[in-house]
Amino acid sequence: MVDIEKANQQAVEQMMEARPVVVGVAPAIDVIPGMHRDLLLHAGPPVTWDRMAGPMKGAMVGALIWEGRAKNWDEAEALLSSGKIKFEPCHEHSAVGPMAGVISPSMMVYIVENKTHGNKAYSGLNEGRGKVLRMGAYSEDVLARLTWMNEVLGPVSNAALEAMGGLDLRTLLGKALHMGDDGHNRLDAASILYTTQLAPWIVKVAKDSNTASEVIRFLGENALSILNQVMAGCKTMTDAAHGIEGSTIVTVMARNGTDFGIRVSGLGDRWFTGPAGKVKALYFPGFTEKDANPDIGDSTITETAGIGGFAMAAAPAIVTFISGTPQDAVNTTLDMYEITYAEHKYFTIPYLNFRGTPTGIDIRKVIEKNILPRVNTGVAHKDPGVGQVGAGVVTPPQNIFEDALVAFAEQYGF
Amino acid sequence: MAAIKVEIRSGVYYDSAVLMQLQRSLASLPGIEDAGVVMGTESNKELLAHIDLTTPEVEKAQPNDLVIVVRGVDEKAATEALGKVDELLTRKKGGAEQAYRPRSIEGANDMLPEASWVLVSVAGRYAAGVAREAMRLGKHVFLFSDNVSVEEEIALKQEAAEKGLLVMGPDCGTALIGGFGLGFANKVRRGNIGVVAAAGTGLQHVTSRIHQLGGGITHGIGTGGRDLSEKVGAVTFRQGIELLSRDPETKVIVLVSKPPSPKVAEEVLKLARRAGKPVVVNFIARPLSLPQMDNLYFARGLDHAAELAVELSRNLPALETDADLGLERFAAGQKYLRGLFSGGTLAYEAQHILASYLPKVYANAPINKELKLPNSYVSQEHCIVDLGEDEFTQGRLHPMMDNELRIRRLMEEAADPSVAVILLDVVIGYGSHPDPASELGPAVAKAKALAKEAGRYLEVIAVVCGTDEDPQKLEAQVQQMKEGGAWVSTSNEEAMRYAGRLVRALSQEAGGEFTMKPVDLTTLQRPLAAINVGLESFAENLAAQGAPVIHVDWRPPAGGNERLMSILERMKQRQ
Repeated sequence: MVDIEKANQQAVEQMMEARPVVVGVAPAIDVIPGMHRDLLLHAGPPVTWDRMAGPMKGAMVGALIWEGRAKNWDEAEALLSSGKIKFEPCHEHSAVGPMAGVISPSMMVYIVENKTHGNKAYSGLNEGRGKVLRMGAYSEDVLARLTWMNEVLGPVSNAALEAMGGLDLRTLLGKALHMGDDGHNRLDAASILYTTQLAPWIVKVAKDSNTASEVIRFLGENALSILNQVMAGCKTMTDAAHGIEGSTIVTVMARNGTDFGIRVSGLGDRWFTGPAGKVKALYFPGFTEKDANPDIGDSTITETAGIGGFAMAAAPAIVTFISGTPQDAVNTTLDMYEITYAEHKYFTIPYLNFRGTPTGIDIRKVIEKNILPRVNTGVAHKDPGVGQVGAGVVTPPQNIFEDALVAFAEQYGF
Repeated sequence: MAAIKVEIRSGVYYDSAVLMQLQRSLASLPGIEDAGVVMGTESNKELLAHIDLTTPEVEKAQPNDLVIVVRGVDEKAATEALGKVDELLTRKKGGAEQAYRPRSIEGANDMLPEASWVLVSVAGRYAAGVAREAMRLGKHVFLFSDNVSVEEEIALKQEAAEKGLLVMGPDCGTALIGGFGLGFANKVRRGNIGVVAAAGTGLQHVTSRIHQLGGGITHGIGTGGRDLSEKVGAVTFRQGIELLSRDPETKVIVLVSKPPSPKVAEEVLKLARRAGKPVVVNFIARPLSLPQMDNLYFARGLDHAAELAVELSRNLPALETDADLGLERFAAGQKYLRGLFSGGTLAYEAQHILASYLPKVYANAPINKELKLPNSYVSQEHCIVDLGEDEFTQGRLHPMMDNELRIRRLMEEAADPSVAVILLDVVIGYGSHPDPASELGPAVAKAKALAKEAGRYLEVIAVVCGTDEDPQKLEAQVQQMKEGGAWVSTSNEEAMRYAGRLVRALSQEAGGEFTMKPVDLTTLQRPLAAINVGLESFAENLAAQGAPVIHVDWRPPAGGNERLMSILERMKQRQ
């Protein structure tokens, strides 16, 4: 009989001991396993074109236009719906992407390496807030920004990261949690830490001071500069915990705007999916709940790794998203201890007496206690081409944890 | 006529989430159609224009300016809304002090690891699961819930016994731990009396009476009504007795219950005898055989139990122990008692008193027909022979007048290597032998010498019945019996009790060994801290008493889904 406790102990241990370091930036086609010219990666579990959410369609169309594979929506749609261009989940290629999470072959991606176990993960460059490709916007200015990111931001960042010998994400995140970040929706401190650590090297490697200024300014102004690196870092942590025989620890939570999917360490690469939920959100001026797309993005990898919504007690300011009080943030974290297996060794929360963040979602506990993981997230407009309309909180559908538990019982003979 | 009003604030910083919150608050004010609260960046200004929230003033805003813009149904509504901005920004959210409510005992334990107790009052079908969870974390359980099956109770208590934990209940209404009342409990003074009670109101009444009488309580341990049934076997009751016997603060123990199963009662009393402190027993409606036996004091009712306990706690009696009995004088194999009586009623009372000490005492004139001696001339095991019965007096004088038959039997018994104690009565007065002890005393000496020669010790216990004005003189009779080496008393009860204790100790049938893992006494001595699952008022009551308590926001496991619950249960059991 399999020893669940031992398996889970090993899983969380490996998750926490993983030490992700951002080592460079390179085109997706060159580094992402299985990437090819006719493939797009996207957030969440697998989805078909006809069921695909608006913002993801928009991002795919935008990516194909930007890649020069299509001139307009119709051409792009023809390629995608015919199967000429394939699309697969980022998670099936050691990658993660926020919101629509679309990665096309030519896009520059961060390379994050787990120095403890040697595995790597990849994620694109963050575009900032508002009207962006990851939210389904693909207007000319959006695509122009992508080009600049690919031609300037990416290469300069790569040179800087190589020159500095890589940037340790675990240390940086641990610090940011003490500066009011949750590691997912609020990355203000982490983004600044990232920018200040990188800036001296950017100045050294950039071809001129204008370029250096431009890059530093872009990174410094974007409170989500580090979101993608953090997500890839979290992916290396949860991947390190994946595939352990008999473990009930969740190693992937991801949404594609249509479905919410999870994977469990001891249940291989099988997805357990259910309908993506409606986000309880505050909206940007002019938008309402009616405009919102259901929950979308791979960013829930942060919660899976023990930060984000799970570390909300470290980021009390974030609760205003849901018109709550700082106590609500504390309570959210305390609730998450109920469904997690461990308390993080390296990510701690000052307000809770430096208690480790709740780490390693255990499907048994989720079901037994009837408490779903809490996710903080941005909200995309349901139509392609519009972009972000708000931010708020959401939970996964209950059934995916139930299905996973039943599958686990079947596989291991309980 | 719709009106747009704008306020620009420079040099201020608000978190974007605060701005969104303000915007939502403004938009929800009466007479406001839409509102925007943003920093004055180009893209934000574009956005405001897009939704018809712009003015020339907005156009001029700089990226570091905070732009607050509202569109009201009229000028007045818009102006009023802007007037509320500061109020909205500084509005204190209510309930910030509200404490966190964990969702499981596990979560509560993280917050209050020093809690030794979990109070469980959830619906019966979930109660055992919650109790098990509590025990898994090493907590004692106060199980208020009813509708828990007896099978579940047995399983829970077995687990508790193995772990050295208490499961008080199910259907346990009340308990007092270190001065704190759990469940339904009265405010009772702390003192030196400990109570173990099956019944809720039994505990409440006895402890309240003790308080009224000026006494006080160390701990009041509830067990639930079924604990003293044969099936459950008084697990908690016995744990309670054993625990209180070790508690140095507890000087007197009170046991209260409805009538238990006779077998269980016997076990419980055996254990109570070993408590090493006075134990007041009130098993309601159970017939009393004796008011007192060793350290056990039998009360007639709840009030009497309280009175006895308070009195004993103020004047602690010196307790006899088996160590005083000189058991080492006896040889191996000596274990039986033989009573050779001349008086029928004395013999009868002897049986009655000895029944409290010894499982079986045979007699030629038995109280209980099953214990009839098959042959009155041949002793077996423990037995009481009334030599004044007709079978012995046909053609012979009554033994009160003629000692010959008794002396012959005395010698027979003294020669029996299994005999340890012989009982004699010496009845004087008009009509009796003119000086019975002048014959019986030397006979006792001879009997004892006989035993001594054989390497044994024989205890002869004599009860002398008469007065100092009788012709034979009481004192003279006592004196002669003592000279013969007898242990003499003029009280039949005292003599029989001594005999009972002695033989019980020799026959090693004392029983009452406590075989469960002992409950850690320090968990009762520490200031009470608890986790409450179920009725919130129990947590409130404990908090009002000043005890740290965490109330769990409990829901049925797996949302009550039976299939998932059974999978989880199997996973737990096979670990």
